[in-house]
Parts: sequence; C-alpha cells; structure tokens
Amino acid sequence: MFLQALWATVYISIVAQVLGIILGLIAALMRMSSFRPLRFLSGAYVLVFRGTPVLVQIMFIWLIIPGRSVGFGAFTLKQEVFAGILALGVNEGAYMREIIRAGIDSIDKGQMEAGKSLGMRYGAIMRRIVLPQAARVIVPPLGNEFNNMMKTSSLVYIIGVYELFSDAEQVFSSSGNVAPFIAVAFWYLVLTSIWSIVQAVIERRLAVSEHGDELSLRERAVAVWTEGGGVARLGDWPFGAGGRWRGRS
Amino acid sequence: MMSGPEGLVLRATEVHKHFGRLHILKGVSLDVRPRETVCIIGTSGSGKTTFLRCINHLEKIDGGSIEVNGHPIGYRMKNGRLVEDSERNIARQRTEIGFVFQRFNLFPHKTALQNVVEAPIQVRGLSKQEATNDAEKLLARVGLADKKDTYPGKLSGGQQQRVAIARALAMKPALMLFDEPTSALDPEVTGEVLDVMEELAHEGTTMIVVTHEMGFAKRAADRVVMMDEGVIIEEGSPEHFFESPTHERTKAFLSKIL
Repeated sequence: MFLQALWATVYISIVAQVLGIILGLIAALMRMSSFRPLRFLSGAYVLVFRGTPVLVQIMFIWLIIPGRSVGFGAFTLKQEVFAGILALGVNEGAYMREIIRAGIDSIDKGQMEAGKSLGMRYGAIMRRIVLPQAARVIVPPLGNEFNNMMKTSSLVYIIGVYELFSDAEQVFSSSGNVAPFIAVAFWYLVLTSIWSIVQAVIERRLAVSEHGDELSLRERAVAVWTEGGGVARLGDWPFGAGGRWRGRS
Repeated sequence: MMSGPEGLVLRATEVHKHFGRLHILKGVSLDVRPRETVCIIGTSGSGKTTFLRCINHLEKIDGGSIEVNGHPIGYRMKNGRLVEDSERNIARQRTEIGFVFQRFNLFPHKTALQNVVEAPIQVRGLSKQEATNDAEKLLARVGLADKKDTYPGKLSGGQQQRVAIARALAMKPALMLFDEPTSALDPEVTGEVLDVMEELAHEGTTMIVVTHEMGFAKRAADRVVMMDEGVIIEEGSPEHFFESPTHERTKAFLSKIL
C-alpha cells in the first residue's frame, strides 16, 4: 500500500508537471503572438490561476468533472486522480508561462533573424534554434517548480486521492500516532533529493556543449549534498548546481 | 510568378520606410545585375542598413517595391492591392537571399558545421550526407576546415564571421547581403573576413555590401553607392567615386573617412 502511495505521488507530480510545461509553452507563445485575443487569453489564464489558491482550483476542478473515472485508450484514471493532475497541471502552466517566456526573451533577437534570413519558418526557428538555447535558462527554475510540485501534490489528498500524504493521514487518523508524518516528511525528502541529482545531470548535459569537461555521477551526487542540498542551490544557476564544475569559459 | 526585367538580381524601386515618425528611407531605387558587387557607403543613420534589411524583409517597407530575381519580396498582389505575403512565401523568398550580420548571429549551441548544415537540411531538405559534404567544402573555402567541430564560443570574431558567411552561402542564394560585416571585429581580424569577401566578389557572387571599409570598396566593388539621409545621392565605379566624386556630401564624407 505504501509503495503504491509513493508511486502515486511520483506519477501525479510528473504528469502534472509535463502538463504544466506544455500549457506554459502554449501560453508563452500566445503571449508573444501579434494576434491580440491570444495575448489576452494568455494573460487571463495567468491572472486567474496564479491569483487563486491551488487548493480552491483542485476542489473546483474535482467538482466540475463528472463520472467516476476517465479513460485514455488502454488505461483509465480515477476521477479524483484525473481532477488532481489536471488542477495541478493547469495551475503549474500559469507559472511555467513566465519561466518559459523569460527563457525565450533571454535569447538574442539576432537568433530569430538569423533563422529567418536562412529561410526557416517561425516554428522551426523556435524548435531548433530558440528553445534549445532557452532551455538552459528554463531548466533550473523548472527544476525548482518540479521540486515544489512533488510537495504541493500532497494537496490532492483533500479530494480523496491516495498518495504519500493521505497514506500518512490515514494511519494517523486510525491510530492517533504522529510518527507517520515524520516518515512521510522523510520520503518527500528522499524524492526531492533524488530529483536534485537528476536535475544536476540534466543541467550539465545542457551546459556540455559550451563547456568541455566531464564529471562523474558520484562527484555530482556529492556536489548536490555539499553545495546546498536539494532546494536552495538551484536558484543561482549557472554558477550554482555545484559551481565548481560549471566555470564559464 | 512574375518575371522580372531581363537579368536583374535586385530591382528596388522607390523604397520608403518609416520608424514611427522617422522617415528613414525616402525613395531608394537600386538595380543589381548578376555577378555584380555593390558597396553601399554613407554616414550612420543614412539608412543603408535599413535598406539592406528591407531587401530580405527583416524590415517591412512602407512604399515602393523590391524584387529579387523577379519575385516581389514580402508583398503580393491581391485583388489589385498589395498585401503582405504569407510567412511561408516570405521564408521561401529568403532562401534566395543570403544575409551576413554585423554581429554574426551564429547559433551558439551548434558547432560550425552544424550551423552551416542547419538550413540546407531543414529548409532545402538535403540529406545529412549531402549537406555535410557541401558544408565541409564551404568551410574549407573560408579557411576553417579544421574548425568544423568547434562551437562559436571558442572561435574568434573573424572566424565566427567566416562561418556565418559559409552558413549563408550554403543556401546557394542568388544574392548575398553583408551588413557591416567587419564593424564588430577587432582590427587585426577584419582582413581575413574581407579577403574571403573579396574572393567571393571576384568569383562572381552577386553581393551588396554595406561597409565603412573603403579599401575593400576600392578593390572589390563594381559599383559604389553613397546614401545620405535616406536617399542615394551618388553612385558610380570605384574610380569615379574615390577620384572624382561630384556630390558635396560625398566629398565631405570621403575626406572624413579616408
């Protein structure tokens, strides 16, 4: 049962984050459109979903989605799981829009012009030239977002989703013992720590084309723990994430 | 497709361009024939860079017309009115026109070779093998065969600009535009870029070069064009230009810069 709860937290977080990235990207591109209604829609989306509590959004979406389960071809999701993922993802998209837009904005306009002058079209320039470069700027805060997502996903316990926190909560309400909450805190810490290592690897991959030297997985893991642990260090990219291997050339 | 006047690569007619209330181009007309090298000179703010950017529609024009190989750039006739062309058509027209930027604008996340093969593969649909063969030849031509796997960040300014020239040439454009290609370079490396351009000119590449390098204009240009305050005030052979300019503003400009 417990492993099931752990797995639920992991996949709810991942799917919701992916949904958030997709929605954020769409909203960011809409925000930069020359077509006014699209810009307006993008602005309204961010206003609403950043301006209201995620807990309210979870409740609201849970209440408006009918039925007991939602099917996607071969597999089905319980209604509350689907509602939870949708709410977390849509909420996340509003934050991701700003992160992705900042990433795209950080790329010199000359890159778009160079692509155009070669006869490339907008979509191709975005996909092949701008976004791969923007990824370096987007990934570090995205890592933070996912770290938050794993913890925020605990809120879906309120609509009856079985995951890490609700597992602890169930044990607590049947026994009155607070130990499950300590255990659950530990497991969240395990998840976020693993994620920190994964993120360091991803960030290094992105940096590798500009900086030559390799670093072993063990060194990376050590750096994650010795240079700020799982959460705070991510903000100071590109010099963070174990700045000692990311010297700018 | 409209067919252009016999043999002209570029026909610009009465081109007007405003930036807000600033009237930058006030009726610029210029014809360029195949294999011709035209240098555009003039003070900064005279509109020469803007004119160049209009030719491949990086800037929209407000009046007049620009045709490359007989195809109007950026606009087409619809019910007797000129309307802006679709993004797809504009992109297709740009494949005819190579552009070299003052600040190179290489793709920093791609190696020199990847920079050069990008558009031939993505836009022309060449196979990776074909594109790579072409690109290696082009990089050799600009003297950078040994740098093909180097990222732009590890190249000098002069080397970056030469990669940028190879990248533009890879699309086999009918017309090459150079926007002050050496202005962002250290003086000691301008020579290597100008040499490559001079070679292109002598090989018969059709090109328009906005430049302050009068030595290059003298050696490589078939024709020199002087722009001032949004119009062409004088044009002629380099001999005419540097030995007996007629316009007062040209004389003043040349005496300052030479």
